[in-house]
Amino acid sequence: MTSQFILFSLLKVLCVFSVLMFIVGNAVWVERKVSAFIQDRRGPNRVGPFGLFQLIADAIKGFLKEDFTPGHVRKAYYWLAPAIVMVPSLLTVAIIPFGSLLGSQKMVIADLNVGILYTFGIVSLAVYGIVLAGYAARSKYPFLGSIRSSAQMISYEIAMGMSVVPLFLIACDPKGIRDLGNGWREAWQTFLAGTSSLNLSRLVAWQADHCWLIIYAPLSFGIFLAAMFAETNRLPFDLPESEQELAGGYNVEYSSMKFMLFFMGEYASMTVSAALLTTLFLGGWTLPIPGLDRPASTIPLGLLQIAVFLAKMLIVEFIIIWVRWMWPRFRYDQLMALGWRRFIPLALANILITAVALWIKPGH
Amino acid sequence: MEDSQIYEYLPVLMLGALAVMFSFGILVGSVLLGKKGKRTPIKDTPYECGMLPVGEGTTRMSVKFYLVAMLFILFDIEVVFLYPWAAVYREMLRTDPGLILGAMVSFLAILFVGYIYALKKGAFDWH
Repeated sequence: MTSQFILFSLLKVLCVFSVLMFIVGNAVWVERKVSAFIQDRRGPNRVGPFGLFQLIADAIKGFLKEDFTPGHVRKAYYWLAPAIVMVPSLLTVAIIPFGSLLGSQKMVIADLNVGILYTFGIVSLAVYGIVLAGYAARSKYPFLGSIRSSAQMISYEIAMGMSVVPLFLIACDPKGIRDLGNGWREAWQTFLAGTSSLNLSRLVAWQADHCWLIIYAPLSFGIFLAAMFAETNRLPFDLPESEQELAGGYNVEYSSMKFMLFFMGEYASMTVSAALLTTLFLGGWTLPIPGLDRPASTIPLGLLQIAVFLAKMLIVEFIIIWVRWMWPRFRYDQLMALGWRRFIPLALANILITAVALWIKPGH
Repeated sequence: MEDSQIYEYLPVLMLGALAVMFSFGILVGSVLLGKKGKRTPIKDTPYECGMLPVGEGTTRMSVKFYLVAMLFILFDIEVVFLYPWAAVYREMLRTDPGLILGAMVSFLAILFVGYIYALKKGAFDWH
């Protein structure tokens, strides 16, 4: 059993990793095409049909460019920082259930019972990479960018963490899965065997049983969405980069693939955030259609559910890209005020209101 | 049961190993494949939009950032405490509704007083 477990885990890790990398690479292309469309330009159109091979051209270019380490940097940290940005965003994907079952294998890399706590733990680590990049550069723009970025990321992490609490208040239901007949409850119970309350699969199960959590906790969704933009350093909260003032922020002193690693890290964390949002609020791999609303019994159904998950995730990711080209950037004091003065009290109130509402009317 | 959860961390380690190998592979690959250029004094200066750099590279930063870091630790720990409560909330509502709500309301109230204090002291003001 153990060697089989290791083999399947390895397979899942490799598959998820390659799919993630494929999405990351092509998200760059989509971003450039979408921005071109919005700004009435053509965008990449030279390499391959519709510029689709731009990704390969960029990779080759990145590798062949001079890998220059300026003399004034702190060498060890300078080398470490791009890797530290990349690793956490790849690690977060481990607990995201991207499908139900394929044969007898659960479609999640690690079905951890600490679930969401693991996510927030790992997401926090991404700050280190950016802080180190700024510290290592010994140069003004990167330093300012990284110090801004760290303050922004940790501020919005609080709001993000708080916005998820109401979901568990609602969905940690002692009654478990309802009996809707036709083997529904049995299918779910075997699927959820051995999991406990903070597990993300349980959240998906609850959403299949009732309704997507975006309906039950719209305020949480709003706060989470905004915090997600801030955590991934995307516009309207891309203060660390702010190319007009800081000329690119924390990664100014980097060149060649070291710079590309920052870039890939940003897109990877964007993709993973979209996946997390899908799991938490948009029903994960389920759709309220008979057959798709329960763990798959056949392999085609299992594949279909993975496709459903990917479709939802890519829609969210497209919205993230879209927003970047439609919104101006916040000013720094506005950003901090929004995080500390609006979102945190709002998220706290949201938790209290949800708790009191459940206290008054415990059952659904 | 305990065993199965420990086994669950094995794939996380695999993914971690893969992520680390990937990142360092790229860093090393970039060094091996990259063009070897000449080192000139101008190339070694910190980048300031083409101007000659003025003053030290590491400027002094506002003490505000330390304050944000401290407040973050306080509030983030609060969030961690909220999760176990959220996980057992609906179960406890059946047996002891007053206790489970009251406990957390008092906890949040105390923290909210702290929040108001920080607000009044101007910890969230940026000029």
